[in-house]
Amino acid sequence: MQLENMYQEIILDHYKNPHGRGLREPFEAEVHHVNPTCGDEVTLRLHVEYDAAGDPVVSDVSYEGMGCSISQASVSAMYDLVLGKTVPQALAAGEHFMTLMQAKGDPAVAEKLEDELEDAVAFAGVSKYPARIKCALMSWMALKDASVRALSANHPTAPTGGPA
Amino acid sequence: MTQTVSRPDGASSPAERRPLPLDVEAIRADFPILTRTVRDGKRLVYLDSGATSQKPRQVLDAERWFYENVNAAPHRGAHQLAEEATGAYEAARATIGGFIGAPEREIVFTRNTTEAINLVAYALSNAATAKEEEFRTYAVGQGDEIVVTEMEHHANLVPWQQLCERTGATLRWLGLTDDGRLDLSDLATVVNERTKLVAVTQQSNILGTINPLGEIVARAHEVGALVLVDGAQSVPHQPVDVAELGADFLVFSGHKMLGPTGVGVLWGRYDVLDKLPPFLTGGSMIEVVRMEGSTFAAPPQRFEAGVPMSAQVIGLAAAVEYLQALGMDAVEAHELAITGYALEKLAEIPGVTVIGPPDTVARGGAVSFTVEGIHPHDVGQVLDDRGIAVRVGHHCAWPVVRRYGVPATTRATFYVHTGYDDVDALVDGIRAAQKFFGTV
Repeated sequence: MQLENMYQEIILDHYKNPHGRGLREPFEAEVHHVNPTCGDEVTLRLHVEYDAAGDPVVSDVSYEGMGCSISQASVSAMYDLVLGKTVPQALAAGEHFMTLMQAKGDPAVAEKLEDELEDAVAFAGVSKYPARIKCALMSWMALKDASVRALSANHPTAPTGGPA
Repeated sequence: MTQTVSRPDGASSPAERRPLPLDVEAIRADFPILTRTVRDGKRLVYLDSGATSQKPRQVLDAERWFYENVNAAPHRGAHQLAEEATGAYEAARATIGGFIGAPEREIVFTRNTTEAINLVAYALSNAATAKEEEFRTYAVGQGDEIVVTEMEHHANLVPWQQLCERTGATLRWLGLTDDGRLDLSDLATVVNERTKLVAVTQQSNILGTINPLGEIVARAHEVGALVLVDGAQSVPHQPVDVAELGADFLVFSGHKMLGPTGVGVLWGRYDVLDKLPPFLTGGSMIEVVRMEGSTFAAPPQRFEAGVPMSAQVIGLAAAVEYLQALGMDAVEAHELAITGYALEKLAEIPGVTVIGPPDTVARGGAVSFTVEGIHPHDVGQVLDDRGIAVRVGHHCAWPVVRRYGVPATTRATFYVHTGYDDVDALVDGIRAAQKFFGTV
């Protein structure tokens, strides 16, 4: 059956027991993203601190949202993956996740990305269902958006881009 | 075959499987797509006709016939093909008009329901600046009001919001009751002497509700307002006669009534159409064109700029003939039987809540529901895995799902090829989803 392939145990675990859920302070950026085809939404806050080298580090991602198991599990797995990483590393993970979502279920792609994506590699099965890819990507898009805002808020000189 | 099942409350629900008015097996044989399988060899259970209907071979053959035999641009050229294409196109207009009891000259072809509604909305704002005095008759401006309902599809809401933004008019709306009906308690105040147009659906695409249009039309005409009826979900599923309806406009889509995509219909009372300025302008909608300016043709040509969707119009006429052969009374009765059966079966599943009228009184065959603890996307995924096609989401009626406090619903819609076996597959699928996600 195809269902178990998509709804991996890891996904269902994250869905039933989400990690990092809830909105917390402090935060430098808060974004609200919706999936207009289904009405799912997520509010996501990003808190960035700077390490000794002056690099921005994701010190908290907090969120609230409603949506299907895929969208809710995706944000939970993302929380685990990006916490403690530098912002560029977190965004790179987002790029890897995007690559996974474009793999059309190719197991070779998932295998290659296993180290980079940890639990999030379990979403490989989703990439076979075009209608569900947006569900998995919504939180990653929100994180990308929040990163741009948080960095421009913390570092007025940092390059800005994306939605203001 | 009569079957008795027990309900959770212990009472028995008798005679659910009443004999169906339509011969489902014979009808299915007309639909080539229903012979294909999906998701690893499973029978296709198509419960998404409300989004778009499947097409019988007769419709596909009609389109092919047009292209293979008479293809030419209607109303242009004097060669034999052009004559025959024009003849076929206009004959189709008569057939489609006859389906709703309207004369040919009141039938305007559009791309779909959405475009038909935009045509009227833009005509009403264009009216304000029309140089011909007659075209300013129905102009909408500041101080005027447009009335819709909270039940409308986005296609019958957003164009009116936009009309109000362009003209400074005010949008008002009739609300909903908890059981999925229009709340008409404030009809007399919401529809008042400032109202220019009331736009209302005949059958809700998400709740299934059939609205009491008579009362609304009477009030609107009492205050001199026009009435536009969205028939996208009613014309395909029940007999509709524009004289009985009493409205000024009726709009519907071909693709939801066994016809091709790319063709829709605006019916308008001729005396109203005649006083409206055009929406899209260009070829074939003109009377005289000079460099300094142009004058326009009479309806319906005034509203059909450019080479029309001829093959699709011919296909839609074939769809209409298919439905007429079945009989719209039989189509309506068939869907009512299926809907009643579905509502009873869904009521037997713990955790399933129908959003909309719980019985078949003044109700069509759009059945929206939620399954406790499982998001509609996930319900839809499990159903899809079993070959069952339903719609999930807000169904282009976001205010409706918001009104009932749910993020989205799962929706099953029925048509002439739907049988009790399709509903049984749906019910089994919902129970399988509950098992898969561990909510029971």
